[in-house]
Amino acid sequence: MEILTNLINGMSLGSVYAIIALGYTMVYGIAKMLNFAHGDVIMVGAYICFCAISYLGLPAIAGVILSVVGCTVLGIVVERLAYKPLRDAPSLNVLITAIGVSYFLQNAALLIMGSDPKSFSSIISLPALRLFDGQLVISATTVLTIVACVVIMAALTLFTTKTKMGKAMRACSEDRGAATLMGINVNSTISMVFAIGSGLAAIAGVLLCSAYPTLMPTTGSMPGIKAFTAAVLGGIGSIPGAALGGVLLGIIEIFARAYIGTQLADAVVFAVLIVMLLIKPAGLLGKNVSEKV
Amino acid sequence: MKKLSKTLRSTLSTYALIIIAFIVVQVLMGADLISNSLQGQLVPICAYVCLAVSLNLVVGISGELSLGHAGFMSVGAFTGVIVAACLARAGVEAELVLFVVSAVAGALVAGIVGLLVGIPVMRLRGDYLAIVTLAFGEIIKNLLNNFYIGVDNAGLHFSMQNSSSLGMEQGTIIVNGPQGAVGIDKISTFVGGVVLVLITVAVVLNLMHSRSGRAIMAVRDNRIAAESVGINVTKYRLMAFAVASALAGAAGVLYAMNYSTIIPSQFDFNTSILILVYVVLGGMGNIRGSIIAAAFLTVLPELLRAINDYRMLIYAVVLILVMVVPNLKTYQRLVDMVRVRILKRDAAEQAPAAAEGGEGHE
Amino acid sequence: MSKLTDFGKARRETTKMVPVPSHSIMPERDLGQAPALECLHLGIDFGGLKAVDDFNITVGKTEICGLIGPNGAGKTTVFNLLTKVYQPTRGTIMVDGQDTAGMSPARVNQLGVARTFQNIRLFDTLTVEENVRIGLHNQVKSGMVSDILRLPRFWKAERDFHEKALWYLDIFDMAKYADWTAGSLPYGAQRRLEIVRALATGPKLLLLDEPAAGMNPSETAELMENIVKIRNMFNIAIMLIEHDMNLVMNICEGICVLNFGKIIAKGTPEEIQQNPQVIEAYLGAGAHQGEKGGEAA
Repeated sequence: MEILTNLINGMSLGSVYAIIALGYTMVYGIAKMLNFAHGDVIMVGAYICFCAISYLGLPAIAGVILSVVGCTVLGIVVERLAYKPLRDAPSLNVLITAIGVSYFLQNAALLIMGSDPKSFSSIISLPALRLFDGQLVISATTVLTIVACVVIMAALTLFTTKTKMGKAMRACSEDRGAATLMGINVNSTISMVFAIGSGLAAIAGVLLCSAYPTLMPTTGSMPGIKAFTAAVLGGIGSIPGAALGGVLLGIIEIFARAYIGTQLADAVVFAVLIVMLLIKPAGLLGKNVSEKV
Repeated sequence: MKKLSKTLRSTLSTYALIIIAFIVVQVLMGADLISNSLQGQLVPICAYVCLAVSLNLVVGISGELSLGHAGFMSVGAFTGVIVAACLARAGVEAELVLFVVSAVAGALVAGIVGLLVGIPVMRLRGDYLAIVTLAFGEIIKNLLNNFYIGVDNAGLHFSMQNSSSLGMEQGTIIVNGPQGAVGIDKISTFVGGVVLVLITVAVVLNLMHSRSGRAIMAVRDNRIAAESVGINVTKYRLMAFAVASALAGAAGVLYAMNYSTIIPSQFDFNTSILILVYVVLGGMGNIRGSIIAAAFLTVLPELLRAINDYRMLIYAVVLILVMVVPNLKTYQRLVDMVRVRILKRDAAEQAPAAAEGGEGHE
Repeated sequence: MSKLTDFGKARRETTKMVPVPSHSIMPERDLGQAPALECLHLGIDFGGLKAVDDFNITVGKTEICGLIGPNGAGKTTVFNLLTKVYQPTRGTIMVDGQDTAGMSPARVNQLGVARTFQNIRLFDTLTVEENVRIGLHNQVKSGMVSDILRLPRFWKAERDFHEKALWYLDIFDMAKYADWTAGSLPYGAQRRLEIVRALATGPKLLLLDEPAAGMNPSETAELMENIVKIRNMFNIAIMLIEHDMNLVMNICEGICVLNFGKIIAKGTPEEIQQNPQVIEAYLGAGAHQGEKGGEAA
């Protein structure tokens, strides 16, 4: 039973990583940049939801919607102001800008919300699931997180394969120059990817804080790094890869915590990543692109 | 010959910059014009300069994005602390000897760890390489969080459980897991720091302008062409990585010996990123730039102390603006306008001469 | 400069290639001496596609050999196989009598194969002299420790590097560009620098991938002289891919024609010009029929 509990908890944590990793991977696929500020968007999303519920007294669902809208706008604004001017700049400059945005978001949150951790009350008030005569107890948050991840994945897959916008998105990530020549507006496509990614980050933030209820300005950074790791593990740029990498990483982390020790759990997660990348250098579902000579 | 003198000139001006900065600081300190908090920053500034210069060897000169430089810094720092504690217990009192031996030991161990980490890392490229260096940095931090090391008359004791499982009698605990190393002799000095900066800069510059350094840059510029002229690509990527790790280790010793306590989580991903920011702002492959950027950006939050609450926010804004502004169309137009005006003035001055030629560009 | 030999002698030493299908080690050659290059049943698959298949060739010690064929025939792939940018799926490559199986590109270069690239690959941010110095990497030795500590060995190496680099640049009259950044050179000079850099590695076999691409007729004429000049100077074998038939027919002693990854003809320039299969590959089946009809009439 213990293994099963851990597995389900791992899948739940992994689902959060997967949702965050989707944002990383989509942005990387289209803009070829590592958006280090993505983790902090999670934090902003959680804070918005927290404020909406605690200070404005809105219902949980309204808090989530507000948080998604807020983060979507934030994503678009950040992209327009900080990343768009750097479209043709060396990738390291874009990386540093993203780090600057990350610092900015963290310190702005610190100024507005203070450094003391806020205790986030779960937005999900459903009773826990009891199976096998109460031997296996799964909290509603866990179930909902996994469900949310599955729904988001399905929706995104449909979006990228069936809609015109989704196809434009895939075209841009395949070859931006050719996409422009085919009449696709690259700028608005990139904006849209940032909007989707940031909206997803808001959902991830709410789910993450429902499971781990401490909210601080630095809350987003470690899950951000882990999700980034998950995206790379799955093969950066690949949407199913991000989901697979995220879930895998979550499961490994929970099992490492349970059987090896909390202190070393992160070391185990990163060690697994290294071993996997050495076996498959482009990630699990990534395409191995070789240079043309 | 002209080229050689150009390199020589740039090299000399880099050393001159360090020495002049040192003299200026000494004079200001003599005149008591530097605040205490800034004086406390002098050794960390030197350490960060060393770190930035060494990371530039990897990022700028070898062209690999490394996000785990702080890991090697911490390996050096903890090695140095352990060696110094052992030496002190063995009765060595001369601070210079303590410092030099622990710095060399820190560099050596960090270099070896860099080599061991580098062997798998160098099989990867680009962003995958970056994420693996990040992973190694985090693993090093996590492992150090679980290290308990003590020394007694029987020698060194090591455990990964807790401090009581070291099984020591009347020994001293040097490294105590997440609490880090405590009771460090604060033997780092500003002079020592400047000497280490000079050594680091000399190693990197000498390497850059040599057969090995050219091979490293060849791999960066065009890996396939470098292979085609018989350069062992892995060897030279690894060389740059290991040398940079060793230098980071020495800088870590300098940094650690400036405080009485250091904890493993000080050397996390954010520290690695901080060093990377210095390198990118200073200019890739530009050693002088790294020195200036590291020194300036370490001092900047100190200078902004008056507006304490907002200083990190301003730091972030500065970072973004420095990257974004040169790429803005309006800014470029402005620069072009100024340039055209200057050119026009020059042209007006030597109009008859400039009338012909000058347009020979393909 | 001591290696300078007269053109006629070099030409006598070279061997003619025999047309397909027979694969032979050149009859009129001193058999004690291994050829510069020998490929046996060389092939590579990309997925299901046989990009190069059953590629057999022998290039004599001082032979200039042309590799021609329509676009996409697999010519550059052959070069990539010879230099181990791609590891072959099957077959053997012998360089100067030594099997190169399992070797890295760097190792193959050390064995004596140097190349230029179709899309120029210089070390753009470095100077022209530094580019040649990097080519000399294995000709002048100095280790990391002596480099960092500036031991006497370093200074000796730097002097050697400088002298040799300028000597090599002088061959193509490029010493005047020594301090230029390689990326800022005019196109033709960039192509020449690539050849200089390749020569600096001390090859036995030099592979030139479309050396005349983008050149005007007078530049091409100069290039032709230069190719023959370096062969005579260094006594090396040269294999070149080129679309300029004037160049190929004038300076190559043997020509190998590739189409769809397979050799369709081998022989002297005269033989190749007459070969019906070659004409068909270049002009299409219709042209060939028409010509045949003409002959019949």
